[in-house]
Amino acid sequence: MIKKRYPRLFSLLSLLGVTLLLGGCDFVLLDPKGQVGVEEKSLIITAILLMLIVVVPVIIMTIVFAWRYRASNTKATYAPDWAHSNKIEVVVWTVPILIILVLGYITWTSTHSLDPRQPITSDQPQMTIQVVSLDWKWLFIYPEQGIATVNELAFPANVPVRFEVTSASVMNSFFIPQLGSQIYAMAGMKNTLHLIADHEGNYRGLSANYSGHGFSGMRFNASVTSQEKFNEWVQQVKQSAAGLDAEKYAALEKASQNNPVERFGAVTPNFYDSIVEKYTHSSGSHAHSHSEGKE
Amino acid sequence: MFGKLTLDAVPYHEPIIMITLTAVALMGLAIAGGLTYFKKWNYLWTEWLTSVDHKKIGIMYILVALVMLLRGFADAIMMRGQLAVASAGSEGFLPPHHYDQIFTAHGVIMIFFMAMPFMVGLMNIVVPLQIGARDVAFPFLNSLSFWLFVVGVALINISLGVGEFAQTGWLAYPPLSGIEYSPGVGVDYWIWSLQISGLGTLLTGVNFFVTIMKMRAPGMTLMKMPVFTWTALCTNILILAAFPVLTVTIALLTFDRYLGTHFFTNDLGGNQMMYVNLIWVWGHPEVYILILPAFGIFSEVVATFTKKKLFGYTSLVWATAVITILSFVVWLHHFFTMGAGANVNAFFGIATMIISIPTGVKIFNWLFTMYRGRIEFTTPIIWTIGFLITFSIGGMTGVLLAVPGADFVLHNSLFLIAHFHNVIIGGVVFGYLAGFAYWFPKAFGFKLNEKLGRISAYLWITGFFVAFVPLYLLGFMGMTRRLNNYDNPAWTPLLYVALGGAFIVGAAILVQLVQIYVSIRDRKDNLDLTGDPWGGRTLEWSTSSPPPFYNFAHVPVVKELDAFWDMKQDGSANKVPAKYEKIHMPKNASEG
Repeated sequence: MIKKRYPRLFSLLSLLGVTLLLGGCDFVLLDPKGQVGVEEKSLIITAILLMLIVVVPVIIMTIVFAWRYRASNTKATYAPDWAHSNKIEVVVWTVPILIILVLGYITWTSTHSLDPRQPITSDQPQMTIQVVSLDWKWLFIYPEQGIATVNELAFPANVPVRFEVTSASVMNSFFIPQLGSQIYAMAGMKNTLHLIADHEGNYRGLSANYSGHGFSGMRFNASVTSQEKFNEWVQQVKQSAAGLDAEKYAALEKASQNNPVERFGAVTPNFYDSIVEKYTHSSGSHAHSHSEGKE
Repeated sequence: MFGKLTLDAVPYHEPIIMITLTAVALMGLAIAGGLTYFKKWNYLWTEWLTSVDHKKIGIMYILVALVMLLRGFADAIMMRGQLAVASAGSEGFLPPHHYDQIFTAHGVIMIFFMAMPFMVGLMNIVVPLQIGARDVAFPFLNSLSFWLFVVGVALINISLGVGEFAQTGWLAYPPLSGIEYSPGVGVDYWIWSLQISGLGTLLTGVNFFVTIMKMRAPGMTLMKMPVFTWTALCTNILILAAFPVLTVTIALLTFDRYLGTHFFTNDLGGNQMMYVNLIWVWGHPEVYILILPAFGIFSEVVATFTKKKLFGYTSLVWATAVITILSFVVWLHHFFTMGAGANVNAFFGIATMIISIPTGVKIFNWLFTMYRGRIEFTTPIIWTIGFLITFSIGGMTGVLLAVPGADFVLHNSLFLIAHFHNVIIGGVVFGYLAGFAYWFPKAFGFKLNEKLGRISAYLWITGFFVAFVPLYLLGFMGMTRRLNNYDNPAWTPLLYVALGGAFIVGAAILVQLVQIYVSIRDRKDNLDLTGDPWGGRTLEWSTSSPPPFYNFAHVPVVKELDAFWDMKQDGSANKVPAKYEKIHMPKNASEG
């Protein structure tokens, strides 16, 4: 029975092997481009190796025991009433406990060092980008540069970035896989996520939390460049005639799918805070203008 | 009379739905016609629909579960098909409005209307027999539970043809599920199908908790209870503790939608995070509600077919109890990325890992039951071996996700999808199907076809790996869940492999249906006349197959664990009793 399955298993493995070889660089989590992602990758590998200490023997024992003690093998020992062994009990409780002790320690320390709210230490000063999820697009506000964009993100390499993340609609999750952690975007909540890119490049960004019909189109490109290129980009955006104000924002709040990139050369000061506060005032004069686009 | 309901609510423009509806209507007509032609309406009504017999209710639960498995699987294959083709600017064949209903319905159906009734059905058939009882504690309540569940099933199926189903994901996070963002009737179908069937589940919990605590045969102390009954007891305790939370959470969402309250809305002080916490306070115990009975089934199967006492019974019972308690202190691991502090995340991460210790112990117990046994490679044991390998991998990826730092990049990715299908298919589904093959002769009096059963099991195991290993890899490629289309061509090849895996699983399900048909056709060759076709160890095998409606002419007296094995050893089994006594049994009820 087991022998018959080899060809299928073999072709499957070789198929996967080929995919792995061809697409090696597509495994973005294993090819991180920022400090947070690098730490998370090594954390994942360490945890898997630790657990394999138990999992590999279990799989081998399953196959060996099943084969050796098959009913047709009358040469194998048969002990129908043997159902307890202190030695085995001690081993099967102790080994997992030890592994979880080690993994628990790693979890405690790594959870603190990778806390998204923890600023990244760097010789470069930190910059802030404010992120607002809307139906169904991302609004990025650059308070220090006084500009804003939709579905386009840019920042310099090696500069720690503090993302302040909120939502003006339902829950989303702000995620650039190749740089590391994600964080939920929720209305009335200011979440903070610190990331840094160690390499220049274009990285895919998306929403990791389903938010409705236009969810799949909430992707954006994160363009990480040199400081000079970034400054040039900021100047370009500043030349856009449109500015982000209450009127323009009301248009953005309307649901839209696969929204093209938009640029705003100026932003009303404290615009981000005003978006958050809309949902935190419990007296609420907030009239929502949600209207769903027809597919 | 119909209020706002008009014929426009029927989705005429969706050919997939209309073809399905036509097929369902034709099948319904065929069944109704058959019943009339063979004059079976009366039989159906008196013998089944109004029955309060736990065995018949159990069979009806499993029948509905199998039908819903087909519907849930149809959803699955449509999703895999959509994602294989919806790349590079193509929108595939399912627009978001339809696709988003499909993944929501797939989750709801597979958990609430496939896994739950399958589990409750097995419990119904087996638990009273295993503890030597004549029925459950409250037979009418049992029937009521079943029919409440059927109402839930009916609602979710009606939503296919009238109106729409929710497009929110299976747990309907607000504010998306609130009236502002989901003004349609989809979420209302979700609310009422879950609320009504959830009430049925809660009543089942009450019923079986009392049954196991109060109706065990004389001599069966708690530590002489079969492991399946132990896991059923723990599951029902979890139901009693967790389902009221679900009821309240959904009720609050209902108030938000109907009465204009603001428990979970964006504005006026509503707090969506409260909903996410509450739903997982129910949701995490829920997965243990499903998996614990599966653990129980594997324990019974492995002892029976290795012809050996279960290794480490006490250890297994304690491990089950520890899991029961710990399952209530891990819910936050479903949303490490919500922004809780490092201390909170680390606490829930480590608590989650601790659960892997008793679970690991259980795996070793089953392994050492096989050690020095005489393993007969029947269908249930193939499921068990498939489970041991598959579940170990699923457990490992689960512990990985419990590390918040790893979860920050893997959360909501296809890696997560692969993980929970790995434990739910590899653990729950394999377990229930093992139980289905194992107890089928007890329920019907004949065995299932072994050869087809084995083919189906091998196909399921292979199909699972072909379908879900690609999803693990796609998680590492940064693909998140619930996408309707994508623009990253690197994902496409693996999505095609996954679709192939879904087809293999489809073949496995098909073989299973053929197996049931062939087994019924050839039932005379596979009759179980002894009531003990496998050389069983527990009391359900001490009565005839199928058992009489009163189960036992004489309530058995239990001296040891593995009571029936013990009776067979000392020769007291299968003796004609000296005298018979009158038995009082409840009568049918149509109110349920």
